[in-house]
Amino acid sequence: MNRYSAFGLLRGALNGQKHWQPAWRDPEPKAHYDIIIIGGGGHGLATAYYLAKVHGLRNIAVLEKGWIGGGNTGRNTTIVRSNYRLKPLHDFFEFGLKLWHHLSDELNYNVMFSPRGAMFLGHSDADMVKLAERGDAMRCDGIDADLMTRDEVAKLEPLLDMSRSARFPIEGGLIQRRGGTARHDAVAWGYARGADSFGVDIIQKCEVTGFVRNGNAVVGVETTRGRIGAGRVGICVAGHSGHVAGLAGLKLPIESQTLQAMVTEGVKPMINSVIMSQSLHCYISQSDKGGIVFGGDPDNWPSYAQRGHPMVMEGAIAQGLALVPSLSRLRMVRTWSGVTDMSFDGSPIIGETPVRNLYLNGGWCYGGFKATPASGWTYAHTLATGSPHPLNAPFSLERFMTGATIDETGTGPMPSSR
Amino acid sequence: MMLIHCPHCGPRAQSEFVYERTVDSVAPTDATTDQAMQTLFTRNNPRGVDDEIWRHSFGCRAWMVITRHRVTNEISHVRAVGPETLP
Amino acid sequence: MTGPSRPSSATDINFTFDGKRYSARRGDTLAAALLANGIGLVGRSFKYHRPRGIMTAGVEEPSALVTVGEGGRTEPNTRATDVFVYDGLVANSQNRWPSLSLDFGAIFGLAAPLFSAGFYYKTFFGSAKRWMFYEHFIRKAAGLGNAPTESDPDRFSQRAAFCDVLVVGAGPSGLAAAVDAAEAGQRVILVEQDEILGASLIRDPQELYSVWVQNCAERIRAAGGRILTRTTASGYWEHDLVTLTQRLAEPGQVPHNGVAQRLWHVRAGQVLLATGSIERPVAFPNNDRPGVMLSQAVRTYVRRYGVCPGQRVVIATNNDDAYLTAHALQEAGAQIVAILEARPAPAGQGQNLPVFNNAHPLSTKGARHCLKNVSGSVDGVTKSWDADLLAVSGGFTPVVHLHCQAGGTLEWNDAAQAFVPAQSRQNVKTIGGAAAPAPVFNATPVAPAKKSFVDFQNDVTLADVDLAWAEGYRSVEHLKRYTTLGMATDQGKTSNMGALARLAEKQGVAIPEAGLTTFRPPYTPVTMGLFAGAGAKDAGAHKRRLALYDVHAAKNPIWQPLGYWFRPRAYPMAGETLADAAMREARSVRTSAGLTDVSTLAKFEVSGPDAVALLETICATTVGKLAVGRGRYTFMLREDGFVFDDGTVWRIDENRYLLTSSTGGADRMATHLSYVRNYLHPSWHVSVVNVQEHYAGIAIAGPKAKSAVAKLIGEEPPRHMSTISAKIAGVSVLVLAASYSGERAFEIYVDARNAEPVWTHCETAVIAEGGCLYGLEAMEFLRIEKGHLVVGGEIDGRTTPQDLALDKMLNKAGGFIGASGLGRSALSEPGRRQLVGLEAIEGSIPEGSMLVTADGKSPEGHVTASAFRIMEGGSIALAHLADGFDRHGEELIATSPTRGQRARVRVIAPHFYDSAGERYRD
Repeated sequence: MNRYSAFGLLRGALNGQKHWQPAWRDPEPKAHYDIIIIGGGGHGLATAYYLAKVHGLRNIAVLEKGWIGGGNTGRNTTIVRSNYRLKPLHDFFEFGLKLWHHLSDELNYNVMFSPRGAMFLGHSDADMVKLAERGDAMRCDGIDADLMTRDEVAKLEPLLDMSRSARFPIEGGLIQRRGGTARHDAVAWGYARGADSFGVDIIQKCEVTGFVRNGNAVVGVETTRGRIGAGRVGICVAGHSGHVAGLAGLKLPIESQTLQAMVTEGVKPMINSVIMSQSLHCYISQSDKGGIVFGGDPDNWPSYAQRGHPMVMEGAIAQGLALVPSLSRLRMVRTWSGVTDMSFDGSPIIGETPVRNLYLNGGWCYGGFKATPASGWTYAHTLATGSPHPLNAPFSLERFMTGATIDETGTGPMPSSR
Repeated sequence: MMLIHCPHCGPRAQSEFVYERTVDSVAPTDATTDQAMQTLFTRNNPRGVDDEIWRHSFGCRAWMVITRHRVTNEISHVRAVGPETLP
Repeated sequence: MTGPSRPSSATDINFTFDGKRYSARRGDTLAAALLANGIGLVGRSFKYHRPRGIMTAGVEEPSALVTVGEGGRTEPNTRATDVFVYDGLVANSQNRWPSLSLDFGAIFGLAAPLFSAGFYYKTFFGSAKRWMFYEHFIRKAAGLGNAPTESDPDRFSQRAAFCDVLVVGAGPSGLAAAVDAAEAGQRVILVEQDEILGASLIRDPQELYSVWVQNCAERIRAAGGRILTRTTASGYWEHDLVTLTQRLAEPGQVPHNGVAQRLWHVRAGQVLLATGSIERPVAFPNNDRPGVMLSQAVRTYVRRYGVCPGQRVVIATNNDDAYLTAHALQEAGAQIVAILEARPAPAGQGQNLPVFNNAHPLSTKGARHCLKNVSGSVDGVTKSWDADLLAVSGGFTPVVHLHCQAGGTLEWNDAAQAFVPAQSRQNVKTIGGAAAPAPVFNATPVAPAKKSFVDFQNDVTLADVDLAWAEGYRSVEHLKRYTTLGMATDQGKTSNMGALARLAEKQGVAIPEAGLTTFRPPYTPVTMGLFAGAGAKDAGAHKRRLALYDVHAAKNPIWQPLGYWFRPRAYPMAGETLADAAMREARSVRTSAGLTDVSTLAKFEVSGPDAVALLETICATTVGKLAVGRGRYTFMLREDGFVFDDGTVWRIDENRYLLTSSTGGADRMATHLSYVRNYLHPSWHVSVVNVQEHYAGIAIAGPKAKSAVAKLIGEEPPRHMSTISAKIAGVSVLVLAASYSGERAFEIYVDARNAEPVWTHCETAVIAEGGCLYGLEAMEFLRIEKGHLVVGGEIDGRTTPQDLALDKMLNKAGGFIGASGLGRSALSEPGRRQLVGLEAIEGSIPEGSMLVTADGKSPEGHVTASAFRIMEGGSIALAHLADGFDRHGEELIATSPTRGQRARVRVIAPHFYDSAGERYRD
């Protein structure tokens, strides 16, 4: 593997950049792997990377039905943060945020992690108390969070509508300065390149069509490229969790819904941080290319269609324009969707399943991207050792039956009302 | 935005309807804790056809079961439910 | 580049470009007007800041992007080919400093060998802070135009429509189809993105055709069809819903009636796509120089606008169509110096033209941003020609965007070297040139990859495609994402096929096997304001108006948002702060009486023989034992056993009940009731009516409340948790005796239409008792001191009845929703957060603060609400605390690091006032 560096680019400038090798191999599947990960998104590739890097395993395959990073990894709004109210969540995401801060160096692949600040806006005194509560919960657990006054918010984002007569006037905010954005594709590619360098087989265009069982244990998978044996199998397919788990006869506390995002034409820098709102259901940031990236609520009905919906899109834009009125004349250049795995308490599931040797990583709702490093790390631990890492122990599949749900928004088991 | 044929009002824009839950999530009223929780918390969630409970919330407010394909959004059947459907 | 080729006319209009004034003809696009004024350099590319001119004459333009308009109407990245000049149009070039002709950013072009595809993934390592340092400069260099900083002064409207046939594109096939459908009696909508109808007919005008176009338009209209020009079908959604974006004013133009654009939601019986095709450029080094233009675009400028973009012209083609351009140029007086024909033998209408077969362009040279020379290969021999215009045609790409958005598939048409529509998933059909593009000659390009641009806006060259391939980014989606190919404002309309051909060549497969990226809406970029429509003003969240809004507004209260409403938070007297006013109001309730508006509470009338069955399904408490005229507190569980709302239930009549619940949860409760009644129990004989806004609610609380109410209704007020019907000021009211404040209190419900006189009487009565109005803030103080719960505070969706000490009230018979969820093990395990009271030992307790045993420890709970003892003073609070029931007496710290506040607190019972409940009983 070539090491990436400015020097390498300089050298390439003289040779037409012809010395670069493939970032990952294109191997044929072997007959058997110690661990097979189904799903070549960021989470699956990160899992493979940490299995190799941290746990020293080498005989690992990542099976991807399409092309790596082509699912929600390549479809999200790239926000990275750990500003959750509940302890199991903020501890988990904070572990990930710490990994994010060194990820480019770790992978020798610039994932363009940009801690420009992730800011929730508060629109009333009651909102501000809720934001303080969230910030206090984080701060007490050693995670950065700062309340912002109206003036501080206006200074950070001069284009926000700060008028008192706004439908949702801005009273202040809560910022996590260590949060921000990253380049989503680079995360998948960086982990893929890293995993590949340890000998992990990344097998694209290889769809899992069934599980090979021995009693209650999974011993392999059937794929479009033949049967592949496995010691342990980890499902890591986000919106398609229900489908793949169904192949093993499992039903999950997950409903797949479409989440839409959109981007405007590129403009010179105008949005400096990641703007989110307590009362409005939209989030806004600006990509390094200059496009304003917009997201809203999921479509709120079950769907596997990777297509958006004009009604939801129009709602999200109306809310975004209420916050930043001067976005009105920018033009939306593209809207796209991902299939999100909405879990029934809004929190992810990483752990064992009732089927022996079969593990699940899913239920990310609309917040999976930022979790990529932590998800990979803890899932790798779970797959390597057969038992959860302390950080993902609370996120068991079993919690729904016992009642130990982790419900950040307190809205209960109906994803459509989340 | 889908076109949904409300059994009472005819074809209407999806924006008039609200999805509530899937039929398979509704446990019998006399279910045990385990049965009820199993029903509530595990769903078929097929990448294909499922029966869903929708309501014409911004129309006649009646409930219905919509049989719909989750990839193509093809609606193969809409069944009215509620008191008005009883004999 | 030539000077103006048209005589000026009396109807000329003026515009400015980069501050200089020019004139244009009405009907000119900005691009046509710029060309007519001899301006060839229009913009700078995204990455290398290479000089760019006008390449096309349509919406596919990748290069000629300018900022149009001023102030809040500023529209960056406007295609000069897609804005019609109006008098006073202001256009400015972008992405250049200090000026378009002298751009320091061009230094990036010099360093292009360094800035290969994905170069940024390979460098800028170090800490995240260090990346942010580089990113600062990268961000400044990226982007194109500047966004406006002012609010948009114009409006955007939305409209819904239905039709039998929607025809997209008013070229020959679209017009013919629209005429047929309209005259067959179908409701037809025909949309055309151009200002005038005719599409391809406009650039090849023949007398007959222009008459025919007019005739078609008249026939469509006469048959009741609707024709929308300057309207783009931009999105194809589910079940044949097509969104149209209609320009009522050009970019930057002041609209006639304040509406700049209109968004249409059209539900069509059938959609006919007559969207034509887009000409492909040809990849060879320096193919991006101003003066290199698509062949059909050249013809459009010559024929439609009377502008000849060059005098000495080289044409490079692989098809017949370019010969039409040659003839048009000749007619306009230009000289064709060479036609580089890819086909090995003569074809097309090449008679009397300098055609070189088996030829293709190799490079261009220029001076002062104009084209000077074209070199090409003829039978492998390099030749060169001095020329000021190079017209290229690499074939035609059908516009299949809408077909694909609708879920349709494509198939490869080898003769045309293009993807054409195959299967449709919805009721959509593609007709005309988009279904059957013209044949072209398939020659594998042999030009060097360096500086051979495929994506002109994002500066992606064949070398970048090659590099991506070599590095393993081999899926077409990887190629796109790694090189940014097709991700510019034109979304690859001119670039994708060129890159795809290269990818297929690398893979050694046919183009269709290389795959395609997904076509996503919108077809062309759509102004954000248009999607928001009227919704932008209130963020799509409408406000509701209190029935008693006017009486409150007259008192100039401090308002507080609550659900859809704004409710008075306090009624300050002169000089009072919110806290002062709220404390005065709360004391008034504790000592005499207070009056407040509780109209927004959710209210449902449940009646019929099965009313109790329904209520005992919804509520976790018993209801059936209530006597007529009595009420009780109740709460509701989700199916998983957690409390989600609370309220009161009253038996008004034998089979008639009134259920109240929280304001914020009103919609959810309404749906829940309807679901249980209609879906779960359709056979029950019960009716549920949402009377939330039918009744206004007025609460009177305090030790003098009883006497005030007695005077108001002229009879003995009901006892605590009882209800009677009565009259106030001659208006029928329902009086409920219930206490949220902890004092003797009454809620008076009245038909909202008659609320004002009743309120006025109540106000007079309360003031006569020495009381005053109170708002939400005082109400909060009162209920906290009493230890009453609030949804969103103590009831946060994560607490069980046990956690809130409500379990003694659970209906022992079960059967209510949530009963089975309650049986789960984790709901009764140790460590659950339980409701407690706190009193401050030192400091004042911050609301929302964390409860810790010592600084630096992880929180064991949090403060859900804090207040002051109303009469005695002293900070108190309600809180959730792990195992809190067993920790009364313990000292903790309530800390808020984000606000720098902390208090030492003692855990006590969550009832700070009259815990025996003596004050509200008679």
